[in-house]
Amino acid sequence: MTKTLEVERLSVTYATREGGLQALREVSLEVPAGQIVGIVGESGCGKSTLIGALLHLLPENATRTGGSIRLADEEIATASPRRLRDLRGQDMSVVFQDPMTSLNPVISIGRQMRDIQYRDRIGHAEKNDRAAAMLARVGMPDPKGKLSAYPHELSGGMRQRVAIAMAAMMMPKLLIADEPTTALDATLEIQIIELLKEIQKEIGCAILFISHHLGVIAELCDRVVVMYAGEVVEEGAVEEVFLRPAHPYTQKLIECDPGRLKRKVASLPSIPGSLPDLTNPPAGCIFRARCPYATDICIERPPRVTLTPPHWAACHHAQEVHG
Amino acid sequence: MLTYTLQRVALALAIVFVAISALFTIMVTLPGDPTTVLLGPRATPEIRAEFRLQMGLDNPIYVQLADFWGRVLAGDLGTDYYRNRPVAVAVFSALPHTTALVFGAIFWSASLGIVLGAFSADNRNSLLDRVTGVLSVAFIAAPSFVVALYALLLFSVTLRWFPTIGAGEPGDIGSRLYHLILPSLAIGLAWVGYVARIVRASMLETLSESYIRTARAFGLPRRVVIYNYALRVAILPAVQVLGVGIGGMLSAAVFAEIVFSRPGIGSLIYDSVSGRNYPVVMGSMLVAIGFFVTCALIADLINAALDPRHRTKS
Repeated sequence: MTKTLEVERLSVTYATREGGLQALREVSLEVPAGQIVGIVGESGCGKSTLIGALLHLLPENATRTGGSIRLADEEIATASPRRLRDLRGQDMSVVFQDPMTSLNPVISIGRQMRDIQYRDRIGHAEKNDRAAAMLARVGMPDPKGKLSAYPHELSGGMRQRVAIAMAAMMMPKLLIADEPTTALDATLEIQIIELLKEIQKEIGCAILFISHHLGVIAELCDRVVVMYAGEVVEEGAVEEVFLRPAHPYTQKLIECDPGRLKRKVASLPSIPGSLPDLTNPPAGCIFRARCPYATDICIERPPRVTLTPPHWAACHHAQEVHG
Repeated sequence: MLTYTLQRVALALAIVFVAISALFTIMVTLPGDPTTVLLGPRATPEIRAEFRLQMGLDNPIYVQLADFWGRVLAGDLGTDYYRNRPVAVAVFSALPHTTALVFGAIFWSASLGIVLGAFSADNRNSLLDRVTGVLSVAFIAAPSFVVALYALLLFSVTLRWFPTIGAGEPGDIGSRLYHLILPSLAIGLAWVGYVARIVRASMLETLSESYIRTARAFGLPRRVVIYNYALRVAILPAVQVLGVGIGGMLSAAVFAEIVFSRPGIGSLIYDSVSGRNYPVVMGSMLVAIGFFVTCALIADLINAALDPRHRTKS
């Protein structure tokens, strides 16, 4: 199986007043062609930094301190700005989290959709037709008329459809979706998920889907990557990971999912403790301080324990947790 | 857009009405009597009384005000008794000069200010950014008549690049524009700095917006992202500030017109206020305020044209 995206030992550090904040530490993951891979993890685990690193759109104070990123076997971690610009929007595109702010408020939808086709030597009318066809495809009523509309005239769900239309229009190899449903209500969430599934089937792209919503990941994705405090702690097929997690963090995360609660509780379950200080991360296992399985051995860096490939977890006690 | 325009026009008219009425009241209640200035110290009380009656100066203020508006609405701005000509003639022969001056100043501040501001934001902390930053503050701080005087000294007297006084030959556009450059620059310079600062700040804010990241994530060329996607949003506050700033430019025009000996509303108001020439003061104030409100209205409409979010807001 070919891989659309391969990230290997990627590390990113932010320069802060308190010193280098190691937001990503040796992150490795892969997105096989035509599959939907979910990345799950709580806020601050490095999901957004990862996207920034993939697109080379990190803030100025961030530097990639190591690792490689390969898009369809092409190394892009060290690609020239010129080459990167060619890839963006064309080979990899992205749907951002908040549709209320991710579209330019003073430029019409049509103009924004035409502008991203700037590489194609086709006429204005053709670009318009293509944009309208794409809007129709994502379920926008009156797609031709909507071309002259401005983002503020559309609802959140409609705007996210526009964003998906823009991302899918150039038939990218990889579509990155950065929590595309977090800002939407639950009924819209399902529609957007269904839409992404259809789009994926039609253009055959791979999707990297970032979310902190376990239910959405389980519904949509083939594979899941679990991140904690800037590291990948577990990766595998969705059923494998969610039914028999091998990392204590994943296990806790699933236990804390409000969707699992059967009856009303006074307080929602949570993982005791807090995220480690990433300017000075502890040696050994990053989850050690909050982990119920932790033993003395956890002071050493956990190995990558393979269960049923591609399922693996970075934990000394993976077999025990896996059960 | 039509509803929005109508709303703004109605608001503009209301502003003119309130402002002029207030000014009229202040003017009439101010100490000082046109009869003393006009008829001289030796006029008999009878002549004065006669004149006051003729001009309606003894009526209660609200009657005078109503009379004033009645005349204005009938298209009569009154008569300049000092020179025996209709006020309208005096005002409307001066207006084009001031209009040209203020629009010249807007031209300088908008063109130079937006270019410098956008460029400074794009090349943050570069030499140009620092120099623009220091100069902007310096020119904002310097009063426009000082700038006017020094510009006159440097460019007209020492370097002899520009003419010193006057508004140019009537009918000769080239000469008119040539005479306009220096005074309009003297007024506009402070606003160049102001606009550059505003555009720079709002540009930096805009560049960190999510939709700019979207534009970059789709691989749009840097030039398009900055000078189209970002600048379109970043100039909005500058347009609004310039619209309101026309009031300041009008008062700066008073000095520039005196320094450069140009005809215009500014020098007309200055002369008539010092002579207690009520009809001319009121006539020119009416036109000046009307001009200001019109410009602010135009700025609003430009803003609405540039920012679709404004049009639907009521």
